[in-house]
Amino acid sequence: MISSILHYDFLQNAFLSGMIIGVIAPLLGVFIVVRRLSVIADALSHVTLAGIAGSLYLSQTFSALALLNPIYLGILSAVGGSMVIERLRRLYKHFEELAIPIIMSAGLGVSAIFISLAQGFSTDLFSYLFGSVSAVSRQDLWVVLSIAILVVVFVYFFYKELFVLSFDEEYAKASGLPAKWIHFLFMIVTALVIAASMRIVGILLVSSLITLPVAASLRIAKGFKQTIFFAILFGELAVMIGLISAFYLNLAPGGTIVVTSIFILLFVIVGKKAAIAIRAKKS
Amino acid sequence: MKQPLIELEDVSFQYEYQEVLHNISLVVREGDFLALLGPNGSGKSTLLKIILGLLKPTKGSVKLFGEKSTSFKHREWIGYVSQKSNSFNAGFPATVKEVVASGLTKKIGLFKRHLPNKEERVFEALHAVGMEQFANRNIGELSGGQQQRVFIARALIAEPKLLILDEPTVGIDYENVQSFYDMLYHLNEELRITMILVTHDVDTLTDTISHVACLNKTIHFHGYKDNYDSISADQRNEWYGHSVRQLPHMKKENK
Repeated sequence: MISSILHYDFLQNAFLSGMIIGVIAPLLGVFIVVRRLSVIADALSHVTLAGIAGSLYLSQTFSALALLNPIYLGILSAVGGSMVIERLRRLYKHFEELAIPIIMSAGLGVSAIFISLAQGFSTDLFSYLFGSVSAVSRQDLWVVLSIAILVVVFVYFFYKELFVLSFDEEYAKASGLPAKWIHFLFMIVTALVIAASMRIVGILLVSSLITLPVAASLRIAKGFKQTIFFAILFGELAVMIGLISAFYLNLAPGGTIVVTSIFILLFVIVGKKAAIAIRAKKS
Repeated sequence: MKQPLIELEDVSFQYEYQEVLHNISLVVREGDFLALLGPNGSGKSTLLKIILGLLKPTKGSVKLFGEKSTSFKHREWIGYVSQKSNSFNAGFPATVKEVVASGLTKKIGLFKRHLPNKEERVFEALHAVGMEQFANRNIGELSGGQQQRVFIARALIAEPKLLILDEPTVGIDYENVQSFYDMLYHLNEELRITMILVTHDVDTLTDTISHVACLNKTIHFHGYKDNYDSISADQRNEWYGHSVRQLPHMKKENK
């Protein structure tokens, strides 16, 4: 395996991108989950799909755009989608979750139109939907790396504000923090992470890498920093095992990563129950 | 005369069609321990939100520490323990230490990460509310009363000059309420923190309180606790909108 990674560029791209995503998706995921925004991640991934499908269609139709990397339009539509969600959430104050199905169906609807307009990109599209070991280009890797740097810098500098905002929004506002701005930046960064992750896990499964490692971590972590630590550990584990098995079994990595995450989650849940039972028996 | 920390002048507030507050004028001075008393729906929380700058009054002026509320920059001088703290996400994965330290966020400022003696401050604040032995527990594992103490520690860590508590004893066992008030008294007496205690419950009018304000859309009474005690029950009931329970310790005082 290691020698294949060293030999093939495409494997290097996939594994390096995977390792980076294994860190940033759960890192931001912890904030997303504790703020109860996990479904938003799902909605945004569908908007990203619209951008990807649109870009694939454009590059097929206009030869000048043939080399356009779909990730850029994907990022753009994710960021745009995150802003629209915020608008809608403010518009429907008492039905905040309504923004999610609206955006989700809009994203899927637009994607469906682009997909049917261009009938020839089924293989490409499949790799965007469920991830791919072989389709990650060097350019994709650079985009993922740039986004990762942005995310880490953002969380590093706004850690305490993000914590307060997640824990107690009213308190954050009452103590004079620029809650609105930080939330706005947070939504944009979330959109970026989703766009970055889709190359490896696929659009349909992006939210799983954001939520499943966090769900497992919440069962055992003490405190917030530990929750982040375990979430990243589980995320990284899932990506590595998932990518290796996807490579050997010739499967879509999105599927293998998600299934690995679910095994980790089950293991943690059962393991914790067993630990409690054993402790109860001893005492 | 002691410095006024809060000055409200003719403050009114209207939600879409309904006036919730009408011509409120109220001054809270340094060192006061004010109980803001009013039935449910009397506008207490709205008034608090106006003081905290979360809502803008439809009419009237608000001054904090002598400055206009809109240009007031030292929000960290005002500690706030909200009623909602009782209903925060109990599964939130944070230790007591992390929650208390988060009270320093505004004080540390944007783009900066630490204060040099953060750890010490956390323990001092926890000590002030008698919770230092719980520092490493997850916040969700504590009882309602213990959580409320942690939230007070979170407010104290920023060294506020004024502490506002919105219905802090909701969800606390009756037996623990007394020790809770003893703690507030200590903060007011020893640390010279001005207190505003908002409540609908007349049970809470213990001797620790120096001033009482009765709110029901407008301020019906504001003055020393002793003067409030000498007001007839009928008069209080009229302000309150319904009959107020007389409690044993209050009856004793009235004799």
